[in-house]
Amino acid sequence: MTIGLEHYLFVSVLLFAIGFFGVLLRKNTLVVFMCLELMLSAAILALIAFSRYNTTPGAPLMEGNLFVLFIIAIAACEVAVGLAIIVALWRRHQTVELDEITELKH
Amino acid sequence: MREILFHFFAALTIVPAFFVATSRKPVNAAMNMMVSFVGLAALFVLLETYFLAILQILVYAGAIVVLFLFIIMLIDAGSSPHPRLLRFLASLAAFALMVFAGYYLVFGGGAGPFAEITAEAPGYLSRTFGVSLFTTYLLPFQMTGFMLLIAMVGVIVLSRRFESDETGGEQ
Repeated sequence: MTIGLEHYLFVSVLLFAIGFFGVLLRKNTLVVFMCLELMLSAAILALIAFSRYNTTPGAPLMEGNLFVLFIIAIAACEVAVGLAIIVALWRRHQTVELDEITELKH
Repeated sequence: MREILFHFFAALTIVPAFFVATSRKPVNAAMNMMVSFVGLAALFVLLETYFLAILQILVYAGAIVVLFLFIIMLIDAGSSPHPRLLRFLASLAAFALMVFAGYYLVFGGGAGPFAEITAEAPGYLSRTFGVSLFTTYLLPFQMTGFMLLIAMVGVIVLSRRFESDETGGEQ
């Protein structure tokens, strides 16, 4: 049995579904944020797998890989800003549980 | 050999990811996330994109997980209570639905046109990367650098202590 594109894509599907499951299940803001990172890395895996399996001898397709490079840079920005927001939230409310943060609701 | 390695590293990616979603302490979740990212980097090596595998280890398993651990240490989140049964079942149903839909989408159509690797990976991968990054994709590259600067300024502004925080906060 050779490992085809669909095996990598199924790993990507599983990783994305687990991230989605965590976002729905958990109420701790930090863990929800970690699950968002998992979903982002699932997208990265799919892009790299497509890029590798589409490589032809004449023209090495690098677009998928370059896309991933930009995604990693943007993910780093996103984590920095998101964690700063979480720290600001903690400073104001002394909690990171999503159930207890209802300021915008009322 | 390649198949065994693929299955091993796929399990190394998926199983800790599941513990990220279910473990009650954020510290355990962060540690599991690091293992999951290392497994993902190993999958990148199997796909012969060595540069991105190293970048994944450096940025994700290094910087991002350490940042998470630092914030967990700073705000002392403690362990979460068990989620309610109804929410757990609903989340599990959504998870199962996504996995089954993904399974039929990925495996249902039989072998597609890209089922096999037909060509060698380009040699000098980092060089190919650099050339396309600094010729075709120069503008996005510069914009990414500018966005990192914006993120840095934004984080400084967000983490500044405002006057209104001590007085109860009107705004």
